[in-house]
Order: sequence, then C-alpha cells, then structure tokens
Amino acid sequence: MVTETVVGEEIAKQLYQKRLNHLQALEAESLYILREAVAEFARPVMLYSIGKDSSVMLRLAQKAFYPGPIPFPLLHVDTGYKFPEMIRFRDEYTREIGAELIVHRNEAAIAEGASPWKLGTQNCCAALKTRSLLDALEEGGFDAAFGGARRDEEKSRAKERVYSFRDAAGQWDPKNQRPELWSLYNSRLRKGESIRVFPLSNWTELDIWLYLYAEQIPIVPLYYAEEREAVIRGSMITLVHPGMRLLPGEKPRKMMLRMRSLGCMPCTGAIRSEAETLPQIIEELIGFRRSEREGRAIDHDEEGSMELKKREGYF
Amino acid sequence: MSSTSAAREMQQENLQEQRFRQFLDGHLAQEMLRFTTAGSVDDGKSTLIGRLLHDTRSIYEDQLASIRASRVNRSGGAVDLSLLTDGLKAEREQGITIDVAYRYFSTARRKFILADTPGHEQYTRNMATGASTADVAIVLIDARAFQRAGELLPQSRRHTYIASLLRIPHVVAAINKMDLVEYRADIFAEISAEFSELAMRLGIGSTAVIPVSALAGDNVVERSQRMEWYNGPTLLEYLETAPLALRTAADEPFRFPVQLVVRPNAEFRGFAGRVERGEVRPGMSVRALPSGRVTRVKKIVTHDGELPAASFPLSVTLELEDEIDLSRGEMLVGDAQATPQASTCFRAMVVWMHEQPMIAGQTYLIKHTTRTIRASVRKIRYRVDIQSFEHSPSAQLQMNDIAEVEFSASLPLFFDAYADNREMGALILIDPVTNATLGAAMILDSLEDGEDAIQENSQDDSAAATSLRGQEPVALVWLRGLAGEAVELRDRILQAGRPAVMVDDRLIPDGSLPAAFRALQLAKVTAISARPEINAAIVDQLREMAAGSFYTTTDAAAVLATIPTGQEEAR
Repeated sequence: MVTETVVGEEIAKQLYQKRLNHLQALEAESLYILREAVAEFARPVMLYSIGKDSSVMLRLAQKAFYPGPIPFPLLHVDTGYKFPEMIRFRDEYTREIGAELIVHRNEAAIAEGASPWKLGTQNCCAALKTRSLLDALEEGGFDAAFGGARRDEEKSRAKERVYSFRDAAGQWDPKNQRPELWSLYNSRLRKGESIRVFPLSNWTELDIWLYLYAEQIPIVPLYYAEEREAVIRGSMITLVHPGMRLLPGEKPRKMMLRMRSLGCMPCTGAIRSEAETLPQIIEELIGFRRSEREGRAIDHDEEGSMELKKREGYF
Repeated sequence: MSSTSAAREMQQENLQEQRFRQFLDGHLAQEMLRFTTAGSVDDGKSTLIGRLLHDTRSIYEDQLASIRASRVNRSGGAVDLSLLTDGLKAEREQGITIDVAYRYFSTARRKFILADTPGHEQYTRNMATGASTADVAIVLIDARAFQRAGELLPQSRRHTYIASLLRIPHVVAAINKMDLVEYRADIFAEISAEFSELAMRLGIGSTAVIPVSALAGDNVVERSQRMEWYNGPTLLEYLETAPLALRTAADEPFRFPVQLVVRPNAEFRGFAGRVERGEVRPGMSVRALPSGRVTRVKKIVTHDGELPAASFPLSVTLELEDEIDLSRGEMLVGDAQATPQASTCFRAMVVWMHEQPMIAGQTYLIKHTTRTIRASVRKIRYRVDIQSFEHSPSAQLQMNDIAEVEFSASLPLFFDAYADNREMGALILIDPVTNATLGAAMILDSLEDGEDAIQENSQDDSAAATSLRGQEPVALVWLRGLAGEAVELRDRILQAGRPAVMVDDRLIPDGSLPAAFRALQLAKVTAISARPEINAAIVDQLREMAAGSFYTTTDAAAVLATIPTGQEEAR
C-alpha cells in the first residue's frame, strides 16, 4: 500500500497533537476556500498533478467535506512524458481514497510527436499542457478548477488571486483581476468564463513538507533520494528515463538523487541529495538556498517566462 | 565494527533525531502574522522589503543571482533589492508596482505573510485589499522628503488613513532614508511627533515609529550602529513581537455562517463553516438565523476526530441535536449571547474600486459572509477627502473614492459592526451584469427600516392595511404565473403602507424560498411570487410557515380585494 512509504509515524502522531498555529491557520483557510468554491460553482474540478502540492490539496479536500466524499472529480493532464512512478502512484492512490479521476491527453499532438527537443520547451508545454488543459476543462464543462499553485513559487505567482479569473478563452489578464478582500471571493461568471481556485496560495514549500509529515500523507517515491542513473546537462541533472535520447558523448552515471518538484521527464531536473525520509528532506530544505523551480527548464526560457505562460492559460 | 563504535553511532543518531524534533517542534509552534506595507514609489518600499527578505535569509541563491544579472538596476547600490519584489514585466518596465504581491518568510518565532501594496494614489483599491487581512501595517515615510516639505507628505497621510479605515490592529511608521538625513535624531523626533498626532486623530490604538535605512540596512533586521539615540525595536523585532489578534475569547458571542450542508447519507447531516467569532462546544445552545429556531450542538465533526471546542478561525462541521432547516447563507449564533444586528437598511464605509462610478439609486449585489443578495444605494452621505479627511457631499463615487453610504437590501442582513468583527461586518459589492467586483464596504450600523416615502404613506391607515399589518405571520402570496398581477399586488400593498417584495429574483432558487420567506417574516415583509411552478414539498413547507397567511392563485382575487387603495376608488 502506498501509505506505508511514510516514515516516522510515531513522531508525527505526537507532533500532530501539538499541531497548532501556522499550519492549523493555513489548513483552516484552505478548507474555507474549498468549501466556498464547492458551494458556489456549478461544476468544479481539481487539477491533480501527482506532485507533493497536489497530495496536500487532496488531503485538504478529504477534510473539507468529511464525512462526505470529495464532491468533484480530479483531472490529470498527462503529457505522456510523466515518470512511470508518477502514473503508478496516481492510479494506486486515487483508487485507495476512492476519488474520481479523469485523465486527459492531447492525443493529436502526442501522435504528431510533440517533444521539447522538436518544438522547444515553450511550444511543447503550450501543446501538451496548456492546450490540453483548456480542452479538458471545456469538454468537462468545468466552471472552476482547483490548482495547487503557491504564491511563493515564482514572481508572477506572487500576485495571483485565490480566485483567478479567466476569460472565455481561458486566458489570464494580470491587469484585469478582481480585487480580493477579506475572504469574500467573487464567484460570479458569465457563460464560458471560469475561475482557477488556489487553496494553497499562502503555503510555502516548507509548510507543504511540514504538513506532509505531520499528516503522514503519501508522496511519489521520486521525492526520496536513491541511487539513480542520470546525465548532467548544463546545470540540470536529467534522470535516465524511457524514450530518452542520449546526446553524443553522454554517459549515464549512478548518483544519489531525488526530485524536488515533479514534472515531465525531459524538463525536470533532479538534485543531489542524501535525504531518504521526510525528516531528512525537511532538514535538507532548511539548508537550501535555491528555489524549487530552479530545476524547471520552462521558467528560465526568458525573463518573465512564467508570466507569459500564465497569460496563455497555463496554471 | 566494534561494539563501542556502534554505540557511538546510535548515540549520534539519537542526537540527530532529538535535534530534528526540537527544530520541528519550533516550526510547528510558530505563529502566523499577516502584515502589509504601504509606501509610494520613491519611499523605497521595494528596497525595504528586499532588505527584510535578504537579511532574514529568505532569498534563494538562484533568485539573487538572477537579479544580480538583471539588465535593470535603479538602486545605485551593487544589487537592486527592489527587483526581488517587482514581479510583473509591465511593472519592471515602468518601474512601479501595480498590484498586491504576497511574500512569505519566517524567523524562528513567526511565519510572516506580507501583502506588498503599491502606494501610488490611483491604487487605493490595492492598499485596501492588502489591509483587509493584515494584523500590522507598515507605513513608509521618506525622511528626506519630510525634511524638504516640512510636513508629512499627502501619501503618508493617505496610507495611515486607509490603515485606520480597514481597522488594522497595529500601525508602525518606518521612517526610511535616515542615511540621507545624517541619521539625525531631531528630524526623527519631528516626524515621529507628527505621525503620532495623526494616528491619534484617526483613532489608531497601537502605533510605533522606527528610524530605518532600507538601503544601508539600519534597523530593518540588524540593529543600527549609527543611531545610538534610538532604543526601540528594529522593524523585524517589532513584527516578531506585535501582539496577535489572538483567537477571540470564549465568552465572546459565537458566530457561524453556514457554508454548505454536508449530507453524505440519511444518517448524517452537518453544517460546514468557519467559526468567525467566539467559541462553540458540544452541548452549547445555538440559535439559527433567520428562523430563530433554537437547538444544541451535538458534535463538532472533523476528519481528525470530534473536537471538544472550536474557535476562530477554525473550519469545522457542526452536527445539531434537532433536525432544523438551515442552509448556506444562514447562520448559527450563541443562544444566550448577544445576537447580531438584523436589518435591511444599514450604513457603511465604502471604498470604490471600479472605473464605473457608484451612483445613488443603483442596485448591486452584495456578498456578506456566505450570502449574496441585492442592495440598492439609498444615499451617499458624504465623501471623505483622504488628504484633509474632510467630508463633502457627492452624488456618485469614482474609483478610489471613500464614502459613507446608506444601503437598502432586498433581504435582512445579519451582521456585527465591522469595528467589532471584521468578518461579520465586511462585504463586497458586485455588478449584477458584468460580475465585476466594484467595491468593498465596512458596516457601521443599522438604519431605521423603510424609505421615507413608505413612512409618510403609513399615516394613511386603511382598514385592510391595518388588518394585513396585524397579521402574524406575514403573508406569502403565490400568484402562479401571473407576473403582472403580482407586481400590481406588491405596489398596492406598498401604497397601503406595508412593505412587500417579489421573491422571483434569479438569485432565489426554489430551494431557497423558505429561507427567503423566513427572513421576510422576521422583517415583517410580505413575500409575493409569480413563479409558474414550485416544488410541492417546498409549497408545503411554505404553507406551514405562513400558517393562515398563504395565498395561491385561486385566492388571488380575494387577496387583491382585501387590499383596497386609492387606485381602487379611482377605477
């Protein structure tokens, strides 16, 4: 069972008793947001990326509607480049908690062989993630989509609302966002418009890890350090993965590695780490002086690249 | 491996675990403080925030490297710390901050959420947004600009005023650019006196004044060696120790707006919501509003087990002893405690946030707690000049205007004054057509019901009007599919001096009719519907609630006949 991968249960239980203050405040706020959206939108859906933030968001959804079931489906936009460990975890875990899962792929683009080395990372993301996501939302008739984005991840996200308004084309206009005061969220929409709801807006990376630990939430094993085959490309360590094309002269080596954030296999870098358990990851994180998105090729394409992607409809 | 080295290794492991647990305990016990900064482009606000983040080691190396490599550097220093917070491309190009940005950092004591708001005049709306959730406001004052002008700049007065308007518990003035006035104590004293006087005039309870230099790093995180005349806390020390608006005491009145009903099966029915004030415990006697039904709390249900008590700001689910009708938009309050005010008419301070002006007589949607209803602007009492704080009459409000406004809502609102409880006294105004968020309002107090016109008419006491007024409970009239007659009936009841409203607004689905009717009953307002169909179970429910005062289509003529008016005589 997936839940057995969690370590340090005894410590977590003790900590749980004391868990108060900032994590509790963050949790309460997130539950409030989830409930508001479910009460006010006709057809919400939760974007499930299989990453650590999604895992936290999913636990919060279980809590918000307890003892009822999660009252909306989960949507995974599969690019076809996700790590096999992620897909396995996704299928096992959603089955275990009894959540409804929708998997959407841009089959046309995948059939045409869309790839970062053929299209460049920007265009590849546009086809396999952004386009695919917008299609899935339209097909499902969803008027609200929960996302696990946090404001501390990246500069353009620092200004994101909890309720992020998207026009009928799914686009984000940073200058035309609704003011958001207190916890009074404006959920009113006209036909075709939608809202992305971010219940984890005020969480930081450290908060996520602390919560995963205190709540004993299972995560994809790729987050834990292990001897893994990889090649070093520029400043990025790329794990050897199915369908990988080695560049001339490249020789995979075994290294102690783990993923700090999960994305597509070719574009998400691993980090050197000895952290094999959640406490070790947290301890390592305290010492980190580099941001988690650093390993993402897409953020460094050009200055302000995330902002551009968001305008087009990327999460 | 020898046994001693194995033992030593184990000991080391234990030590490591202990150290980690200590660390975790510390982190899990951290409090959370939300603060906001206000300052204008030239006050050096971005530099101050950059300094706070930098000196608390909250900046990642790659982020620091990216601003070092940036093509832009406006600071005059080696690294432009302001670039750390200037997020969007448009802003970097124009060199201004155009929207609220949220920053996060923590120290051993607290986790901080910073709402970084632009201070330029046209962006009052952003300052109000950032201030709405803040525990502390930092007002940035440029010492050199003060020295030149001989008084506080208009923007500093404005920022302080908005902090007071949004009722931020603590306001601290950071006197910046002390390096440019040779770290002089006399200039600081002068600014400090003027700020304190302003704060007192605005009724701000808790204030502090701190001399800093964001550029040089004096008194932001590190204590300055160049201002030995100053003995107070550094800015960070202040933020770490400012008293939090702690969970409200258990004896304060309980408030619990219902967000949604959790009903997974026939055995369980719970009410999900957030405790906005006071405390709830199993066994506590609670009153449902607007129905007035009293029952007891059976259990406080959460995913992590039942709780012995819950207080602000916990999100919980309450199971009640009795099966009472209660839905989203309604509220549970402590039975033996002070009840919220209930009124359709109230006055509030409004911050207008949209290019389309607010006009007296217009109808807007208001979202208050978990409820959205219609309200019209009865009157704009006065507009506040935020430079002089003087009041002046105004027929409409422009973007960034602040005014006291009288509202008249379609249904009674249950609220506390914003000054007593932010969550129970705050509302947003929404355009019913475009759905844009137009403004924010903070409720001051309720007003006498009814328009002046109705009050005058009520002198004219016809027999039927008297009989209708005497009826308890108030009438519910369902003129099935007869929209024209329904409107006529409403007008005639109004002319007879009785309040009456149509309940066919699309915001009131069938399922909410009982709640809407109950609210109207409480306010003694006759409800009229011309819906072609209403679910039979709901009709039964309404009939029961209205007792003998439920009229349907077949009774329409009779209903009309019982309400003679001047119009009838003219016929």
